[in-house]
Amino acid sequence: MFTTIRRIIRSGFVSFWRNGVVSVASVLVMTVTLFTLGATIFLGALLHSSLEYLKEKVDVNIYFTTAATEDQIMNLKSALDTLPEVAATTYTSREQALEDFKTRHQNDYTTIQALDELDDNPLGASISVRAKETSQYENIAQYLEDHGMSGGTEGGIVDSINFYQNKTAIEKLNGIIDGMDKISFVVTIFLVVISVLITFNTVRLAIYTAREEIAIMRLVGADNIFIRGPFIVEGILYGLFAAFATLVAMYPVTKWLGDETERFFGTMNIHIYYMNNFGQILLIIGGAGIVLGVVSSFLAVRRYLRV
Amino acid sequence: MIRFDNVSKEYRDNGNSITTALYDITLAVDQGEFVSIVGHSGAGKTTLLKMLLAEEAPSSGSVLFEDVDIHRLSLKEIPQLRRRIGTVFQDFKLLPNKTAYENIAFAMEAAGRSDEEIAADVPQALELVDLSDKIWNFPHQLSGGERQRVAIARAIINQPDLLIADEPTGNLDPVNTQDIIDVLRKINELGTTILLTTHNKGVIDTLGRRVITMEGGRIVRDDKHGRYVL
Repeated sequence: MFTTIRRIIRSGFVSFWRNGVVSVASVLVMTVTLFTLGATIFLGALLHSSLEYLKEKVDVNIYFTTAATEDQIMNLKSALDTLPEVAATTYTSREQALEDFKTRHQNDYTTIQALDELDDNPLGASISVRAKETSQYENIAQYLEDHGMSGGTEGGIVDSINFYQNKTAIEKLNGIIDGMDKISFVVTIFLVVISVLITFNTVRLAIYTAREEIAIMRLVGADNIFIRGPFIVEGILYGLFAAFATLVAMYPVTKWLGDETERFFGTMNIHIYYMNNFGQILLIIGGAGIVLGVVSSFLAVRRYLRV
Repeated sequence: MIRFDNVSKEYRDNGNSITTALYDITLAVDQGEFVSIVGHSGAGKTTLLKMLLAEEAPSSGSVLFEDVDIHRLSLKEIPQLRRRIGTVFQDFKLLPNKTAYENIAFAMEAAGRSDEEIAADVPQALELVDLSDKIWNFPHQLSGGERQRVAIARAIINQPDLLIADEPTGNLDPVNTQDIIDVLRKINELGTTILLTTHNKGVIDTLGRRVITMEGGRIVRDDKHGRYVL
């Protein structure tokens, strides 16, 4: 058994080397496939980080009346913190709100002057709530509503919730995120299927040229594993060389695109992403190359093995 | 050793019309015989040989090799049968990307022989066919006669019980033809049964061994010490 495996591996290496032109062509085609796969990984990561970035920008602010005491607000804050939908809450006190307001309007002399005319701080405290998913803002708003804390309720401490003003924007963003997810999924599948088919075909052509040899091997009494084995080894070699070529090519390409992506998406640099996740990308590209090579060789040889 | 019992072979083409390649062939070949099969193209010679290699199945009747019905063998057993039968063809059928040495070694590897046996036997076989100096040449670097001698060396390397030679001299000049026939005769003297098909009258007449003549899928003559009569 060990001898057979050793012979199969040696024979695969020898034919990979001797069928130089066919091997190079197969490796090149497979490189394009793996590169496409790599590009979809980067695209997915870019999309994901952009969406995360956008999601983080979305929050719901609860504005309290000036009469609301800090205790009441803190009670509500801890109640919100226990909700499973809530990712984080940030409390802004009345004083802080005033400070922020002043900083924001520091060049607006009239407003600052008008503010100084007032005896009391006119601004209420607020809590900004971030949900884990944008679709959960509605539930959070509903929760506040159910607990009689929403604006307009008599004795309520909540003055207003800007969810209702942001509702359309949030819903639209939800729609865009869903749509982007679906589109990128479909595009990825489409690209991967096409490139896999091209690779299959190339390997099939490479083996088609060897169909006579397969017939001869059968005639001298070689059994199927002995005929198929070397082709599978060749397939693995195609995959490994193509993965290597892809990973090497990705370095300058991501470096070149890195700054551009950072500027455009404002969130992530694909070159840094490539370097930080190199291990994972290596595993995915290398694994995909090997699987592609093995499966396409296996299927292609099967055609000619039937007695 | 070999028996064809009432073997017929029919091919159905696309229009469903039936072409008969062999009609009710009954034939026996004993161990150690040197049998030539002659006949025009399409007489059924190659079909007969393909049945022995389990490449074709008879439409009716049975083909036995040492009392085993070849067409009842499982897919796993067929390679083992083929290792006991050496084959030589008009178009040599060498593996183009392997050297002379590797082509012969391949047949031994396929039969599961050890590296030591391969290293010892392959040079000997090449010496037997007088190709010791071309051991590392690829088929495209060899002449027709040399390629056929490599094919013969490969065919006998596993000491088969039977050697099938299907028009082995069809592509060769008279000098090479005689060389090949001499080698086959030598192999037969060492005990291997030989089935030879040929169109070469000279070869048959100088051999002076058993000759089976086929015509239109039937055996029309079977002479112990035959001549080429067509």
